[in-house]
Amino acid sequence: MEKEIVLALRGLTKRFGPVTAADDINLTLHRGEVLALLGENGAGKTTLMNMLFGHYTPDAGHVEVSDFKGGMLRLPPGHPQAAIDAGIGMVHQHFTLAENLNVVDNILLGAEPLFAFRRDQKAAREKVRKLMEDTGLHVPMGARVGELSVGERQRVEILKALFRETRILVLDEPTAVLTPQEADGLFAALSAIVKRGLSVIFISHKMREVLSFSDRIAVLRHGVKVGEMATEDADRAAIARMMVGAETVQPERDSLVPGAPILAFEDVHLRGEGARAGLKGASFTLHEGEILGIAGVSGNGQTALAQIISGLAVPERGAVILNGTPVTAASPAAMIAAGVGRIPEDRHHDGVISAMSVAENMVLERLDDPEIQNRGFLNKPAMKANAERLSREYDVRGPGISARATLLSGGNIQKLILARVLDRAPKLILANQPTRGLDFGAAGEVGRRLLAARREGAGVILISEDLDEILQLADRILVMHSGQLIETDSRDRAAIGLLMAGQAA
Amino acid sequence: MMDILQIFLSESFWAASLRIATPLIFGVMGALLCERAGVLNLGIEGIFAAGAMAGWMAVWLGAPLWLGVGAAACAGAFFGALHATLTVPLGLSQHVSGLGITMLATSSSYFLYRTALPDVTSPPRITPFQPLDWPVVSDIPFIGPVFFGQTALTWLALFTVLAVWWLLARTPLGVALKAVGDNPDAVNAQGLSVYGLRFGAVMAGSALMAIGGAFLTMSAFDAFFFGMVNGRGWICIALVIFASWRPGRALFGAILFGMFDALQVRLQTEAGAVVPSQVFLMTPYVLSIIALVLVARKADYPRALLQPWFKGQR
Amino acid sequence: MQIEPRQSQNPLIGLLIPVASALVALALAAIPLAFAGADIGAAYQQMWQGVFGSRFAFTEMLTRATPLIFTGLAAAIAFQARLWNIGAEGQLYLGALAAVWVGTGMIDGPQVLMIPLVIFAGAVAGGLGMVGPAYLRTRFGADEVVTSLLLNFIILIFVQMMLEGPFKDPMGLGWPQSEPILDSAALPKLIEKTRIHSGLILALVCAVVAQVMLTRSTWGFRVRAVGANPAAARHAGINVNRTLMGVAMISGALAGLAGVSEVAGLKGYLTADLSPGFGYTGIVVAMLAGLSPVGVVISALFIASVFVGADSMSRAMGVSSYLADLTVALSLICVIVGGFFGRFRIRFGQGAAA
Repeated sequence: MEKEIVLALRGLTKRFGPVTAADDINLTLHRGEVLALLGENGAGKTTLMNMLFGHYTPDAGHVEVSDFKGGMLRLPPGHPQAAIDAGIGMVHQHFTLAENLNVVDNILLGAEPLFAFRRDQKAAREKVRKLMEDTGLHVPMGARVGELSVGERQRVEILKALFRETRILVLDEPTAVLTPQEADGLFAALSAIVKRGLSVIFISHKMREVLSFSDRIAVLRHGVKVGEMATEDADRAAIARMMVGAETVQPERDSLVPGAPILAFEDVHLRGEGARAGLKGASFTLHEGEILGIAGVSGNGQTALAQIISGLAVPERGAVILNGTPVTAASPAAMIAAGVGRIPEDRHHDGVISAMSVAENMVLERLDDPEIQNRGFLNKPAMKANAERLSREYDVRGPGISARATLLSGGNIQKLILARVLDRAPKLILANQPTRGLDFGAAGEVGRRLLAARREGAGVILISEDLDEILQLADRILVMHSGQLIETDSRDRAAIGLLMAGQAA
Repeated sequence: MMDILQIFLSESFWAASLRIATPLIFGVMGALLCERAGVLNLGIEGIFAAGAMAGWMAVWLGAPLWLGVGAAACAGAFFGALHATLTVPLGLSQHVSGLGITMLATSSSYFLYRTALPDVTSPPRITPFQPLDWPVVSDIPFIGPVFFGQTALTWLALFTVLAVWWLLARTPLGVALKAVGDNPDAVNAQGLSVYGLRFGAVMAGSALMAIGGAFLTMSAFDAFFFGMVNGRGWICIALVIFASWRPGRALFGAILFGMFDALQVRLQTEAGAVVPSQVFLMTPYVLSIIALVLVARKADYPRALLQPWFKGQR
Repeated sequence: MQIEPRQSQNPLIGLLIPVASALVALALAAIPLAFAGADIGAAYQQMWQGVFGSRFAFTEMLTRATPLIFTGLAAAIAFQARLWNIGAEGQLYLGALAAVWVGTGMIDGPQVLMIPLVIFAGAVAGGLGMVGPAYLRTRFGADEVVTSLLLNFIILIFVQMMLEGPFKDPMGLGWPQSEPILDSAALPKLIEKTRIHSGLILALVCAVVAQVMLTRSTWGFRVRAVGANPAAARHAGINVNRTLMGVAMISGALAGLAGVSEVAGLKGYLTADLSPGFGYTGIVVAMLAGLSPVGVVISALFIASVFVGADSMSRAMGVSSYLADLTVALSLICVIVGGFFGRFRIRFGQGAAA
């Protein structure tokens, strides 16, 4: 028996300049159904949802929602309020919470008339408390959101949506920030609510959770819907082909005998910032020709670790030894000079200067190099030659080397950073979330480049939230949880997942 | 030492402190509203001048005093709307736009004044607000002269603090304002208008700043002078940071400031023979810088302050 | 309606925006002119005559432009590094004070020694005037906008104090003014019987050097990197704080030179009304120039023309000369709005038509 349709997307199309981010997409969602929207980064998932939610005005097509009386109602385009009124709620990948407000205020924001002399805070708390009981999603109500963990913030986001009597809940990459166990907990809670009639659109690029949680799967590629099927009929390999378009070659990791120690952390302590953990006695040794994978959920000390290796923070206690020399209090410039290549976590924030040209960004770390400057004056022909060579070797595509870096795509910005870092043949490479937000092709390229550097004898520290990436690339795995590192020999997802959640395996 | 103690015990010192604090209270509350919504308003110095000029001009042309206050508020709201247009939907640099507003508001006030009064050498006077004469309470020793001997505008300033505090702490609108200064996406995702909230906050805040300016020509003095704002706006910007964007603390900061200024004037008469008077004239500005340095790292900045936000661009 | 960033930047637009902004600001000045009841056509003609009507008028404009080039450069270099130096007015006075300090008889010597000495003293004093706020920002996180602004008031009061105290000219008939600069320390006149002096040459040299340094040197590279993205600059090994302190020193020094040039080139002695707001106007000059040092020269000429022209028009037609300040403020607002249209394109949504 077919359940009633609650939502229909009819021929939605959105163009950004020459790029068509969504091309004539049709989708329907039924009551009490979980529809998974699967696709690579840049496939158009988020664009589609932003149109559904009125954040973008579609160039063509429209959205219809059920009016509860058996008919369908057309939503006016570009009006978030209309989508909210129609019972559509969205949990964004980047939370839309005000950190300076408490949980109750965040949930109530916009749900009550704006112009009132006062608000009944007691009644509001009572309503929120009841909602938490009903859904099984609990968060301390009076706490400022800025003090909550990522998992708790996500619960606030979902509560916020459900508080508005949401019938259709859109979840954008909800597990990106959770441990496997936390993700399972989230799915269990959602399943219970779905049974009571909630419809869910669930955006992901992780096939495993899509297969276990959804009823139906729609696959997007390059803005086009390339397939749709019931989850029970789904075939892993077929979906993967649909997502990527062609068979992709995964980078092969050949076995290497690690060489001499290159980097050692000895009982390193650093205080964390805000809700993020610091380091509490981290010790490890990295060898030449070795990739050390640091698994774990973001915010457990990865930032502190990366800052120390980048020279951006000085440990309060402990020693950092690079090639036998202590570098505990080294500056970023000293680290670069010592042969450390750093690929930052937030490539737009720390990796490139988007208002400067591609050529300028490619020499950012070598301004004192006599090849680039002469008595303090830039050697522009050398900069140009350097940029042309690196663009060619690392396949950086864009409007040209004198164009500002802001005009490059995310994948090409990462290639620019790789080119700048790897061209100097660093002995130690820090790769912090190097494939986050990249599509399969670009991510595979990053992996191959890191493996190539490893073959040349570099030691690599690979910090990643993507466990599959770590399992694929790393020679050894350390799991990071609340500032501590635990080495594991296990290659089992569940066992590593338990360590990520802070439980000894 | 005795002298200082005597100063602190005198009614006139405390009355003066509150009087000096009044324009700052308006200015600080105005700046606080703007910044809580995420918009730095460096137009404040010029908006003070515009308010001082508009209020005075209205009364000089024959309007009743309160209509003058209204005229000042309108002038402030006008320049606020201009600043909001430039910084909110257009997302231009709040620093540069604010300085531009200050230049524009100051020069247009001066131009209007000169155009209306081309040839006067001594500025014409108006009858300003008089100290209120409350029955009974005005006669209470100490409390009476300090609080009840103030003009209606000082009372309005104190009421403004209460209103701003209530708005932010107790009303849904206040919650939305605080949210838009922390994360505009949170507000937008709930279907509230980021632009609307910011426009409203900047216009209302600028109107308050202008009333602070009007206090100068309609209560503290009875005429309009060039350069009469004299950095009061900038001091308010420093005080808001000092207050960590909290209305109660901002009131405290403004009054503390009024106290130092009142003290400075009294010490000047006492020690004027030994220390050049300019040393005392510098103190308000020096104190502002010290206050800023003390709290700068600890202050609880609205996260979205200075960040432009564009609709449909996430 | 939707706002979209432009994909590519047409270099012509970069040139067109400031020119159009200046013209729009001039046109908008018609509103206050009409309000003042003046004959608008005649007023504009009078302004033009006031600048280009005679050789003397033109040299007056150049004289007025000289300090504006210095303060414009001060703002342009600081703003390139996103260091908000709003204290050029104060730094100008510090430069002037230092020039008077060494140039009024503390030492005497030949011109070749005295002129560089006065210039150096003024530059150092002005530079230190910005190093203070920059230090408070890098060390304590105190916003340099507010501190440099407040410092203007402190410095001006300090200058008044000095002029009524140790710097007071005993021959000054009681007026608070400094002793006159020695002839050997005065900047030579460029053209006889005009007020134009060699400070202009110094300003032009500074502009060219600043242009070369900003675009061609690794120092300029660092400055631009720190201004555009301090986090990435720091990550890439650039010492952000040291760069900012260097920029502060140079920016303040340039503002200090404005003071030197006014005192040693034009007035000959220091009073507390040396500058009618050159420091603040420098911000407009820099913004109008798109923060380009060579552009600063051109926009300083424009702003000086507005001032000199409006003064002349004011004398002839009785319209308040605050019209010039009003026009300058309008130019600033026009140029930032113009900059917006250079970076973004506004599309009126066809999507909204359902």
